[in-house]
Amino acid sequence: MKRWLAAAVLGLSLVSVAKAAIDTYQFRDDAERERYQQLTKELRCPKCQNQDIADSNAPIAADLRREIFRMLGEGQSNQQIVAFMVDRYGDFVRYKPALSGRTWLLWFGPAILLAGGFVMLAVIVRRRRQPLASGSAQLSVEERERLAKLLDKEATHD
Amino acid sequence: MKRWMMVLPLAVFLLMAVFLYKGLFLKPDELPSAMIGKPFPAFSLASTQGDRSLTQADLLGRPALVNVWATWCPSCKVEHPYLNKLAEQGVVIHGVNYKDDNAAALKWLAEFHNPYQLDIRDEQGTLGLDLGVYGAPETFLIDAKGIIRYKHVGIVDATVWREQLAPLYQGLVDEAKP
Repeated sequence: MKRWLAAAVLGLSLVSVAKAAIDTYQFRDDAERERYQQLTKELRCPKCQNQDIADSNAPIAADLRREIFRMLGEGQSNQQIVAFMVDRYGDFVRYKPALSGRTWLLWFGPAILLAGGFVMLAVIVRRRRQPLASGSAQLSVEERERLAKLLDKEATHD
Repeated sequence: MKRWMMVLPLAVFLLMAVFLYKGLFLKPDELPSAMIGKPFPAFSLASTQGDRSLTQADLLGRPALVNVWATWCPSCKVEHPYLNKLAEQGVVIHGVNYKDDNAAALKWLAEFHNPYQLDIRDEQGTLGLDLGVYGAPETFLIDAKGIIRYKHVGIVDATVWREQLAPLYQGLVDEAKP
């Protein structure tokens, strides 16, 4: 049992070690470094699918990081750099896809589903409430007497 | 309980089954190329043999396959004999030697035969980057005007050629003839 636990802990610690590829780039200032980090997190590695290029050790990801560094050095804007990547690799490389006719469902789908859920909830709550409220109000005099009798019976039983 | 509610689980199941069934045949590692319909990117690179310099203008005039390959890529070795065969049949194939050691590339071409009419030496991978290459081998189909019409990622073999590339290539050849 102890051995298993040790193995699991060791395995988990290795996971954190294996994360993130390391390059040595010299940035002019912190702002540029931050932009670099933001861009490499926002762009997806074309080869390894579910990693951003900051995280990936694939050669293509290293090339793209180098290219981003070069373009930052040339003073290009984030928009220009993302456009450069999309021109070559398609919308696929963006983890944050641009808002367009093809992607609006992706952006607003969750909100629409949530709103739909609330609407359904409201409808269900209202339906449940109505018959109860109207039912008790429409109890006729006879019915009320019968009810009282029944309740009396119940009480005397005890 | 309304009657139609009874078929709801079945409907949900069928809907999911349709999506999951479709999912079986998706190939998530094949990206649709962003380059289709665009002109072949401009470049100015030496040939692998080092005897001439090449630009995008050298690719114009007739439809061709542009094969991106490297000696470090095992799949390239697998498809190489088939490229030789296609070249023998008269298919125009150009090679982009992508991020490779040039001496190794020359040795490879001498050893396994050279199916390429033009050998582009892309040691730094700049042309590969402009082409949106993310792994070798990749094969582009360009028309006589140098527009990229199709891209195949992975090995070109008899099936791929027959089912995907050949009809398009033949179409382009016919198109180029007045």
